[in-house]
Amino acid sequence: MKKSVILGAMTVAGLAAGAASAATLDDVQARGTLNCGVTTGVPGFGEPDADGVWQGFDVAVCRAVAAAVLGDGDAVEFVPTTGKTRFTALASGEIDMLARNTTWTFSRDVDLKFEFVGVNYYDGQGFMVPSDLGVTSAADLDGATVCIQTGTTTELNLADYFRANGITYEPVPVETGSEATQLFLAGSCDVYTTDRSALAAQRANFPTPSDYMVLPEVVSKEPLGPLVRHGDSDWGDIVRWTLNALITAEELGVTSENIEELSGGSSNPEVERLVGSAGTLGEMLGLDAEWAKRAIMVGGNYGEIFASNIGEDTNIGLARGLNAQWTDGGLLYSPPFR
Amino acid sequence: MSDKNSQSVSYVRETFLEQSPPPLKEAGVVKWMRENLFSGWANSLLTIVAIYFVVNIIIDVWPWFANGVWNTKSLAECREILQGANAACFSVLQERGNQMLFGIAYPADQYWRPTLGFVLLFIAAGPVLFNKLPKQMLYFSAAYPFLAFWLIWGGTILTPIMIALGLIAGYYAFTNVERLKGFALGVVAGVAAATVCVWLGGFISGALPGLIALEVIPSRDMGGFMLNMILGTICVSLSLPLGILLALGRQSDLPIIKGICVVFIEFIRGVPLITLLFVASVVLAYFFPPGTNLDLILRVIIMITMFSAAYIAEVIRGGLAALPRGQYEAGDSLGLDYAQNMRLIILPQALKISIPGIVNVAVGLFKDTTLVSVISMFDLVGAIRGPILGSTDWTGVYWEAFGFAALLFFVICYGISQYSQWLERQLRTDHR
Amino acid sequence: MSTLSDPGTGNEGFHIGKLLSDTRYRSYTLQFITLLALIFGLSYLVNNLLTNLSEAGLNISWDFLGEPAGYDINQRPIEYDSQSTHARASIVGAINTLIVAFLACISATLIGVVAGVLRLSNNWLVSKMMAFYVEAFRNVPVLIWILIIFLAMSGALPQPRDFRGEVPEATMLFDMIAFTNRGVYIPSFVNDGAAAVVFWGVLVASLVGVFAYRRYATKLLFDTGRLLPMGWPSVAILIVPGLLAFFILGRPVGLESPELKGFNFTGGIHLRLSLIALWFALAIYTGAFIAENVRAGIQAISKGQTEAAASLGLRPGRIMNLVVLPQALRVIIPPLISQYLNITKNSSLAIAVGYMDITGTLGGITLNQTGRAIECILLLMLFYLIVSLTISSVMNVYNNSVKLKER
Repeated sequence: MKKSVILGAMTVAGLAAGAASAATLDDVQARGTLNCGVTTGVPGFGEPDADGVWQGFDVAVCRAVAAAVLGDGDAVEFVPTTGKTRFTALASGEIDMLARNTTWTFSRDVDLKFEFVGVNYYDGQGFMVPSDLGVTSAADLDGATVCIQTGTTTELNLADYFRANGITYEPVPVETGSEATQLFLAGSCDVYTTDRSALAAQRANFPTPSDYMVLPEVVSKEPLGPLVRHGDSDWGDIVRWTLNALITAEELGVTSENIEELSGGSSNPEVERLVGSAGTLGEMLGLDAEWAKRAIMVGGNYGEIFASNIGEDTNIGLARGLNAQWTDGGLLYSPPFR
Repeated sequence: MSDKNSQSVSYVRETFLEQSPPPLKEAGVVKWMRENLFSGWANSLLTIVAIYFVVNIIIDVWPWFANGVWNTKSLAECREILQGANAACFSVLQERGNQMLFGIAYPADQYWRPTLGFVLLFIAAGPVLFNKLPKQMLYFSAAYPFLAFWLIWGGTILTPIMIALGLIAGYYAFTNVERLKGFALGVVAGVAAATVCVWLGGFISGALPGLIALEVIPSRDMGGFMLNMILGTICVSLSLPLGILLALGRQSDLPIIKGICVVFIEFIRGVPLITLLFVASVVLAYFFPPGTNLDLILRVIIMITMFSAAYIAEVIRGGLAALPRGQYEAGDSLGLDYAQNMRLIILPQALKISIPGIVNVAVGLFKDTTLVSVISMFDLVGAIRGPILGSTDWTGVYWEAFGFAALLFFVICYGISQYSQWLERQLRTDHR
Repeated sequence: MSTLSDPGTGNEGFHIGKLLSDTRYRSYTLQFITLLALIFGLSYLVNNLLTNLSEAGLNISWDFLGEPAGYDINQRPIEYDSQSTHARASIVGAINTLIVAFLACISATLIGVVAGVLRLSNNWLVSKMMAFYVEAFRNVPVLIWILIIFLAMSGALPQPRDFRGEVPEATMLFDMIAFTNRGVYIPSFVNDGAAAVVFWGVLVASLVGVFAYRRYATKLLFDTGRLLPMGWPSVAILIVPGLLAFFILGRPVGLESPELKGFNFTGGIHLRLSLIALWFALAIYTGAFIAENVRAGIQAISKGQTEAAASLGLRPGRIMNLVVLPQALRVIIPPLISQYLNITKNSSLAIAVGYMDITGTLGGITLNQTGRAIECILLLMLFYLIVSLTISSVMNVYNNSVKLKER
């Protein structure tokens, strides 16, 4: 009777079938919402608050894209994904874009057939230890027990780092960030390793954050960014340039507060092109002229998003560091809007 | 005799003595304790050890429970109030309880809908579970799935009504055609009528999307304990007919059909549910026609239904095997064909025997719905492990949160298993 | 039933209508249609799969199994490092699955038998406690138990650091066993060359000897009625040759206790927290089910058996061992098999606590890193299928051997 199962599945599939996903933009506009893949919960980067509303740095990218495409930053269906499910969710079309602290690597870009549209956070893997452990460098960690969150590039970097330095360790893989924190605080592991941003974010939640320190070593490059499927470059362009618009806006001093004023008239022609009062950039993307303006107005420019979600005034307290504008000595360098 | 005795043995007392109360050791609490707690040295030892355990646990748990803090906004605040005392921070239940029950995305002003659906579930289940209730209530039970669908997912009430009408039309077509043309054609006619009706109804409900409409809530927003309940009830009800078909197929004499059923059942029973859920979350999407896109929740329902159908099929097969061969032969000798024989004679008896087993499978399945947390769905366990324990405010309240989850499951599962035992006793009378 | 031929139809020639109307042919028609539908359905699905894969630019390939895995595994029953292949990582995971399933089956059986027997005890308190245990654990999802035990153990047990210092906050049991929130460290055997092999050989031989002796004593009792002592000779056979060998061979086998060195205890055997949490949770959860099976099995034995045995003058313990349990086993074994299968399948929940079983390696990190979802999940299912079928066939053989042999 397997056939009945299959026939049933086919019927259901037929009923629920959406339009063919040749053009993601058309799908999104027809649907009226953007399906955006996010994490199941990383403080500051993407987690639902007490009212179930998603907040965070990665979430803000989803909202900006939704605002650019649909005109409404709340027209986003957030799909929580794990390290395991995220790529299939994107590949199968369940989500239109993935904004989930995902590291841009060669094999993900080429072998898994995804397109990373840019980098919204330059990160690196680090180690956190209790201050009274008496360790000041990762080289002292011989024989230590290390908590790792699984499903990321973290465990590969860790294996490479310890192997390269010829020291041993005991990995303790953990499924979720909350359990990793739990184990680390209880002393079930000496070291907790993940991206340094996440370490800072989770340290901020500890009862006594000052009892823990992040070691100076950065063992990997982790450029985190949103990604889309291969094969739909138009959609990729929209996501890429929405991200670039956020970065450029900060560089040009366009904020969510002065953008109305600037769109009335500005002496800087690039600002005019960005906010849509001059040029036909929006049209080229297949959107209207004010797409970037809407994207910026949802959560502000890159700097504002950073400051309100993970910046030094939040309890996560990350410094800009590598994520400063190139003019300030950071790595953020958006191609020009022209 | 008696007067002879009374004369010869005059020292025998002639009046009865008043009955004296039994010795203290043989009455009341003492007797009970002697018999049930201290009937031998081994038993006494066991009792003392047991008392020691129970007392210790109570000493540890009671203050933790009784001194629990209920009204704080975060764990840090709660710890401040407790000052290191051994007590629970139940405020997580106060603050995030709704997320545990309804998931993180279900709109808060619509919570009454699933709550009402849950309450109505009991009313609908009543007449199915207890024979003594008035039969008229069964109409409500039949209407319940459509009502619940409308309450939980929202949209216009026309959609479930049209589907219900389609099913009714299908049923009438089936009964009428079956009487004249036989079972197989009846099924065909029924399915055809139902499809046409639902299809036509789709136009009507599509034209009037606002008629008695509730806010539409996508299934992706379902979560918390509600998701466990939805998955549990839907999958069990869907897998019951499928399981019956599989069981009949496995018992049939047709080698190809039997072979397919055996392979399907043994395959599903041989792999853990978690691998099937992995299939639902990462593989199943590749098997649908290009361009289609099924909700994760729908894919999960498909896989869990297949899973429980295989187990239910085995239970029903047991019921079929327990029937005496004479029942089959009697049906054949009356000239009934296969469908009539099964429907009128075999299945009613076999299903009756299988009910306790089916209930066990249902309880097990309901508990197993927590596994969806592993594939990033925010069911009760997933919501606790993900957004609640992961949030800034509540990292580390696992005892309270998981204790609450355990309690919810315990209440439901214990209730169902008690019902199943009661039913087993009811059914036993006419089967021995 | 539908294959019964109608009498009197004879050889009247064949026409198309008979495919439906004649019960002799109808079954073939039905099966043919089913087969066609199955083939059609499967090819439809495979076609979809291939179309989808080629659209996404992916393919099915098993080459990843030969590539270096790149990640480390903490519990390595066989040699493995991060440069080993994904295939080897999967094998390590498979062995870890079998380890935890084996441990949990044994302990669940012990817990289940004890709880099941005690639930029927005439001690009111004990039987109520066992009822509470059974109901509490049976009615709550095993995933919740695994998580609670895991988190509770990590929170409640001392860290290795607590064993340090002038006045340590925690001490080792008998200076040999350390309970920490990273797991339990127990001593391991240190074998010294060929002499150790001889010693273990002697030990195994004396174990066989004990069984042989008990068999002989039973046979003697049944044949001649002579009652040989059972207790002390068994103990003597078990211990004396071993002790002699141990000292004659110059203590070839030693115990290595765990020692606190650096961050962790080293030496001995490390039972990791994830293993213990999974093992305990599975054992306690499944134990509750087995307890119910045992209780049902014992209650299925009619009261007359117990009374008959009692009237023969047997002590209660003997009644249980010699009369009730052997008969109850026939009722208990079949559900026990399915509980063992459940343990094996539920061990895949290891993923919740990071125990590196096959779901954690092949279905977890390997899947994540290579993105070969279809291949990994197919292999994963195949593994569980093979294990399940093996267990059920082995246990069925045993089941047949204890079956009531009717005369």
